[in-house]
Amino acid sequence: MLCVEHLSVRYGERTALADCSFAAAEGEWWMIAGPNGAGKSSLLRAVSQAIPHEGRCVLQGEVLERMKPRERAARMAVLDQHHEVSFAYTVEEVARLGRYAHRRPLAGETAADRAAVAEALELTGLTDMKKARLNELSGGETQRAFLAQVFAQQPALLLLDEPANHLDIPYQRQIFDLIADWVRREGHTAVAIVHDVALARRYGTHALLLREGRAAAAGPIAEVLTPDHLQAVYGMDIAGWMRGLYAGW
Amino acid sequence: MKKRTTLILFLLLPLSMLVCLCAGSVRLPVGETLSALWNALLGRPTPGGSFDAILFRVRLPRVLCVALTGASLSLTGAAMQGLLRNPLADGSTLGVSAGASLGAVTALAFGVSVPGLPEAGTMGMAMLFAFGSLLLILTLAWGLDRSLATHSIILIGVIFSMFASSLMSLVISFAGERIRSITFWTMGSLSGASMRQAGILAAALAVCGGVILLHGEELNAFAVGEENALHVGVNTRRVKLTILISVSVLLGVCVSIGGTIAFVGLVTPHMARMLFGPNHRRLLPASIWLGAVFLLLADLIARTILSPIELSVGVVTSLVGAIAFVLVFARTRSGRH
Repeated sequence: MLCVEHLSVRYGERTALADCSFAAAEGEWWMIAGPNGAGKSSLLRAVSQAIPHEGRCVLQGEVLERMKPRERAARMAVLDQHHEVSFAYTVEEVARLGRYAHRRPLAGETAADRAAVAEALELTGLTDMKKARLNELSGGETQRAFLAQVFAQQPALLLLDEPANHLDIPYQRQIFDLIADWVRREGHTAVAIVHDVALARRYGTHALLLREGRAAAAGPIAEVLTPDHLQAVYGMDIAGWMRGLYAGW
Repeated sequence: MKKRTTLILFLLLPLSMLVCLCAGSVRLPVGETLSALWNALLGRPTPGGSFDAILFRVRLPRVLCVALTGASLSLTGAAMQGLLRNPLADGSTLGVSAGASLGAVTALAFGVSVPGLPEAGTMGMAMLFAFGSLLLILTLAWGLDRSLATHSIILIGVIFSMFASSLMSLVISFAGERIRSITFWTMGSLSGASMRQAGILAAALAVCGGVILLHGEELNAFAVGEENALHVGVNTRRVKLTILISVSVLLGVCVSIGGTIAFVGLVTPHMARMLFGPNHRRLLPASIWLGAVFLLLADLIARTILSPIELSVGVVTSLVGAIAFVLVFARTRSGRH
């Protein structure tokens, strides 16, 4: 599905990501983990073609770097952790933007567009709130509205940057469950940056551990998020600390 | 509710135009004005004499220019607010207005003119400077981070506006006796408008406004976030350049004809947003209509409130606009916009 080949990102003199490669197949949910400054966001933003980079990404046999934004967005969607909405759009209007790539330039909304938006709103539990304005929503509801947008986009690949950051635990679970259900459906792959390695282990199928801009380990989740790897990457006994944290439960 | 608002707004424009045509130091009867306009439209003879002169040579060109300028300024404001995701932006945020003003003031101060075309010197210089400013601003923004980032454009636009204003002061200090016409021009006025100017404005609005209107959905995507726009498939760099060039050309034409008329581009898109919501597919046409009505009423106040003394329309829009600006700012701060 997605082949990331020798990706490097530089900001001036500083190298944020160096020669990073991995391949994600259909039905896989890759979790990208690593300490702050390890290059997680640079990797995700390079794959999403938001920043200049070296190397290339191949999605379903086509090079992402050579595709037009519209063609790319018909196959790949991105859910960010922050949303810089300046005006009070409704939930439905935000979800509808997800159909942009599927419409011909200047063409109106088709029945397929309306159906995709309705389905996305239904999936995210926002049908009853579709006329609500974004400035009236909580953080979790806003994130669900943007999740509805990426579902309406009907991509094959979903890139997620800390999708449940700043959300309380029930919302975190809701968002992760929704994405896990989506990945299980035919022809879908997700790649997510996740800080919480417990969440990553619970939901991911594969993981990529980054340290100082380089891939420290990549592969099936149980083989990558091991106490030894985490110790090497984070410089502390993450697994022991987690066990202590949840010991009293 | 929205249908009624749309209908009222739709009717408000022809109504305001009619009021502006009839009201003034000489009042023209509504019935006769309407029939004269109708006859002129069908090519039939009109009453003639001073009635014709006032209606067709003075008021009609002015009313058309005012409506078209108001519509253009408001549309550029709405487009810039969406593109830059900044409710306090308007055409002048980009710095192009200041550039156009510098061009026009230079033309006025040094008497740049084209033989046979009285306004061509000012207009040509304003458009030339507007376009030059845009090129300079975009080149600097590109040089800064190679991505035409919105915040770089705003920052350079604001710095460029200040720079152009100081250059303008410098030019004015060399203007000698032409200083009076420059001062009146900088306040913004459409008192000497001609049908040719109305034609130029209409053409600019049709072309550049048309391009902006066709980008309603892309502006929605920008307003929800520039990276989000890229992720849903918008060619952000191309759309940004297209909108910025259209806005600059339209502003250049407006400034060259009417001077700097402040606040129209800032305030009327907000009114439109309050009435019709932030969706640019509705917001842009509503802004065109509301901008025209707003400037027509401001111009009516400017020429009637202290009659026979005529105020510059820019003074009225600034007074009304400054108050509205504070209200908008307060609303923005409290997050209720």
